[in-house]
Amino acid sequence: MQSQKNSAMSLSGNTAHSVEATDQASENSDQYLTFFMAGEEYGVDILCVQEIRGWEAATPLPNAPAHIKGVINLRGTIVPIIDLRQCFGLDAIEYTAVTVVIVLKVKTQDGARIMGMVVDAVSDVYALSAAEMRATPDLGDSVNTDFIKGLVSVNDRMVILLDIDRLLTLDDIQSIADLTKEISVKSKL
Amino acid sequence: MAIDLSQFHQVFFEESIEGLDTMEAALMALDANNVDQETINVIFRSAHSIKGGSATFGFKSVSEFTHDMETILDQVRSGRRNISPDDINIFLQSVDCMREMISLIQAGEEGDTEVASSLKETFSAMLTAGDSGKSNKNGLDEGAQRNNSEDVARPGNPHEKVRQWQLEFIPGEKILQTGNDVLRLFRELAEVATVRSVAFAGELPGFSSLDPLACYMTWRLELETSAPADDIYAIFEWVEDESEIKLAEIKPAIEVESKPDIKPVKPVASESTSIRVAIDKIDNLINLVGELVITQSMLGQLGADFDVRKLPRLNEGLGQLEHNTRELQESVMRIRMLPISFAFSRFPRMVRDLGSQLGKSINLVMLGESTELDKTVMEKIGDPLIHLVRNAIDHGIEMPETRLQAGKDKEGRLTLNAYHQGGNVVIEISDDGKGLNREALLEKAIEKNILSEDESLEMSDDQVFELIFSPGFSTAKTVSDVSGRGVGMDVVKRNIQSLNGAIDVSSEKNKGSTFTIRLPLTLAILDGQLVRVGGNIYVFPLVSIVESMQYDKHKVNKIAGGCEVFSLRDDYVPIIELREVFDVAEEKKEGDSALMVVVESGGEKTGIVVDELLAQQQVVIKSLEKNYKKVEGVSGATILGDGTVALILDMPGIVKLKSWESSQQRQPIHAVR
Repeated sequence: MQSQKNSAMSLSGNTAHSVEATDQASENSDQYLTFFMAGEEYGVDILCVQEIRGWEAATPLPNAPAHIKGVINLRGTIVPIIDLRQCFGLDAIEYTAVTVVIVLKVKTQDGARIMGMVVDAVSDVYALSAAEMRATPDLGDSVNTDFIKGLVSVNDRMVILLDIDRLLTLDDIQSIADLTKEISVKSKL
Repeated sequence: MAIDLSQFHQVFFEESIEGLDTMEAALMALDANNVDQETINVIFRSAHSIKGGSATFGFKSVSEFTHDMETILDQVRSGRRNISPDDINIFLQSVDCMREMISLIQAGEEGDTEVASSLKETFSAMLTAGDSGKSNKNGLDEGAQRNNSEDVARPGNPHEKVRQWQLEFIPGEKILQTGNDVLRLFRELAEVATVRSVAFAGELPGFSSLDPLACYMTWRLELETSAPADDIYAIFEWVEDESEIKLAEIKPAIEVESKPDIKPVKPVASESTSIRVAIDKIDNLINLVGELVITQSMLGQLGADFDVRKLPRLNEGLGQLEHNTRELQESVMRIRMLPISFAFSRFPRMVRDLGSQLGKSINLVMLGESTELDKTVMEKIGDPLIHLVRNAIDHGIEMPETRLQAGKDKEGRLTLNAYHQGGNVVIEISDDGKGLNREALLEKAIEKNILSEDESLEMSDDQVFELIFSPGFSTAKTVSDVSGRGVGMDVVKRNIQSLNGAIDVSSEKNKGSTFTIRLPLTLAILDGQLVRVGGNIYVFPLVSIVESMQYDKHKVNKIAGGCEVFSLRDDYVPIIELREVFDVAEEKKEGDSALMVVVESGGEKTGIVVDELLAQQQVVIKSLEKNYKKVEGVSGATILGDGTVALILDMPGIVKLKSWESSQQRQPIHAVR
């Protein structure tokens, strides 16, 4: 597991910068784990991250939406796996041995839920303070931005910080792509 | 004395509730005309330990209440007071009242209730009446005097002069070996005095030369009490030979600088539930774990230098491991098992109260009380059982006059019977009352538009009796406090079904009716039949399977172009292709032999077509909802031997899924993969 994380980090090639970023950490900053998907970098609060695993075949669930890949056995617990690419309406890619699953602990009204999220590659850990965060611009109806906590630029690159509690509980994880499709169909009518 | 007593509160509550249950059972068994000494002793002992416990923990309301009760009981015990049926009723009320007090205290509130104070008045009235009415007056006075002197010994009595003492206690080294416990001594001391203690551990040797059985400590205690010095010495009576005890009075001039902080202990309302496990079950577990460790080390050794010649030994070891694991699993499950008497124990009281309320005399017979059942199942079966028992008393058993006219014994009989049958626990509730009335049931069903008149003529008795489980159905002419609101039997049935159980009823006119509840032994483990569809493995609950057979295409007919039915002997059963309802991506391969599993759900048979039948095995049920959400047609998941997840099928859910699918005429939405 560790080696995969390392390789993902070296792929991203900015390990040196991250040290800088961590050094600047002020007292009220949070750490974020970032990962790549379709060339964009996304971040999640590191305290939500339980572990990072390699992809393994999941047991598909009947009549589940396409972005729910199924459930896996995580040391005796049944954990659903979500493909974040398909969830965001991006093109699905083939899973390989280096495909990464980030296992997250999500807080909900009924206690903590554990979920796995398939992403392209894990990138880095940044310490970011709330002051650095920029609000998401209003993108109209085209994109649901409820699950975005804010935008941050790290070393001149934009990182999209996700509100994981919101994202993974949004209407029982209805695919955002589906939502968008629905809206566009309705507007055409 | 800085012992945090609040940590023992939960145990006290549990013990008190148990004590109250014992008391109640004994009171029920008590016959006013023929007082059994042992039964009275049981009641007295329970009251006494509750009193002792509550006094120790400072629950004054309970201890005072039980004290009065105990005094009366003591008089009964020593034959100085006769007990009347009314007294038994008062005691039963007191049991209820104490239960309420304890639950109030548990919730962190004051234990005083109005009922308690009115009952206390009754007690004192009884005591004074007993005082004047009994010949053995002297004995009573003695008792009262003794009580008084006890009161004097209590700390904080304003009428006595409180003196302060300094006590040096230097125990002999061997004191612990003679079975004396210093803490216990101090605790006793705390009963007569307010104690502050300072311990000196200067004599403690280094760890290497420490004798764990020796006592190296000495104490200096400061006591504040109104008790005389003799009382203090008396506590140390057992240890004075081997210890040095110096008691000196501290003159009031030497005022102790600060009063000790006596913080009011907040009762912690704990929600954690505990379970009492018989020690032999634990011993058995420990033995099994020991065996498991031996097997593990044997396998470990074998693996360290393995070659093919050792294969038989490996197989043998694995066999042993399997054996150990299964036994261990069974023993662990057995820990959760409780005798059904836990659920039954409340009925004698309930039947008695209800019987007297309704003017019926009822003899309750309970059989198989030691039948064991999972704790979770037990908790959930309580309410349905109560409902059935109430129904039997209210509707089943007739009034004494009617019974005599019908040539029956005046006293009605209600039987609760529990026994194991296969992998199930069966509970029967039967009465010898008037039985279910077929005509009244049908009339009601037609009136409520549950069935038409024509249908009613063809129905068998069993089918008619099944009607009482329909929602909104009640045959009682009047709605009583006890039952007859027409909510109930359907809820009972639903509750039992949610436990994977079943209920049915049989009845004979004027002979009575019997309700039979079948429950699984446990909710955590399921006997499953593994099947394969495409690349996926699913688990059928074995209980729902009627039979499995080759899926013969020639026997399939299509009704009105929609639903497919299979001709099974003389019957036609609807067919569900699991592949279709579950939207399995892989298409059927040529070589796959189709099999049909006939399942029963809600009294209806359905054929479910799968690709292959695999092994039958016990599976541990894991929740899907915990981390995801409810999936239609799936009741849970399990982990197979190779670590992969298999879904456990929910038969009613699949049937619903199918009917939804055909009603929607839905286009199969194939996932983009």
